[in-house]
Amino acid sequence: MDVGSTSPITVERPATDVRPDLPWVTIVWNDPVNLMSYVTYVFQTVFGYPKAKAEKLMMDVHHKGKAVVSSGTREEMERDVQILHSYGLWATVQPDSVK
Amino acid sequence: MSSGFSAGKGGGVVTTFEAGEVSLLRSLVSMVLGIVAPGETSDDPLERALGIGGGVAPSDPVLARLFPAAYEDAQEASEFRRYTEATLRDGKRADARTLLETAEPGRGELTSEQAQAWLRALNDVRLTLGTKLGVTEEIHEEIEKMPEDDPRYPAFVTYDWLTYLQDSLVRALW
Repeated sequence: MDVGSTSPITVERPATDVRPDLPWVTIVWNDPVNLMSYVTYVFQTVFGYPKAKAEKLMMDVHHKGKAVVSSGTREEMERDVQILHSYGLWATVQPDSVK
Repeated sequence: MSSGFSAGKGGGVVTTFEAGEVSLLRSLVSMVLGIVAPGETSDDPLERALGIGGGVAPSDPVLARLFPAAYEDAQEASEFRRYTEATLRDGKRADARTLLETAEPGRGELTSEQAQAWLRALNDVRLTLGTKLGVTEEIHEEIEKMPEDDPRYPAFVTYDWLTYLQDSLVRALW
């Protein structure tokens, strides 16, 4: 939808990211307001994930309190977090080593 | 048909609202627009021109929820906020204005871009109201048990209606 359209340079990320070290991750945290259907839809829209993958991530957020939703460079993760914040999801960036 | 959304042409959405529902939506979205003031930018003229802000985390719980910290580390969160919060505020204000401009009684049509703005704006209203009311995941059970003369009842029912609308919009877009 509006993802990528705001940026003059669109970097296509492969569906399965095979780069060996992706040192940063985006985490989405559970909250009592965001709807399960909405969160699933946002993961599909923002990351282009298939519905099944988006639903699994949403359920992880719901049951485990948080889930890693994307990984990549720090800049990529900061961009992801900014888009997720525009949709009202509670998202943070951190190095992948921190669990 | 009851109020809400259905799939439209070309990824767009059809809206159906009663006049009273449109005025309620308008007042709720105007409330958010009032809370999400344009970002306070730095005193430095160049930083101001670039939309770089002060990086201070909001103390108000609603603003803290609308503009969450992107890092657990306070210093990194502040630095990120300095460069991004003004843009995020502008985006939320633009979404709210799109809803105010396109909400109409009866049958209306939204483009897919406008529908995305509605999705985010409705969610901002739910986050605002949800934070003010301190809602939990047991909100539906709470409302069922709540006596209708409870002073919080109208606000909780409004929140529940917004939840229904948000879900209806997601399903129209899927």
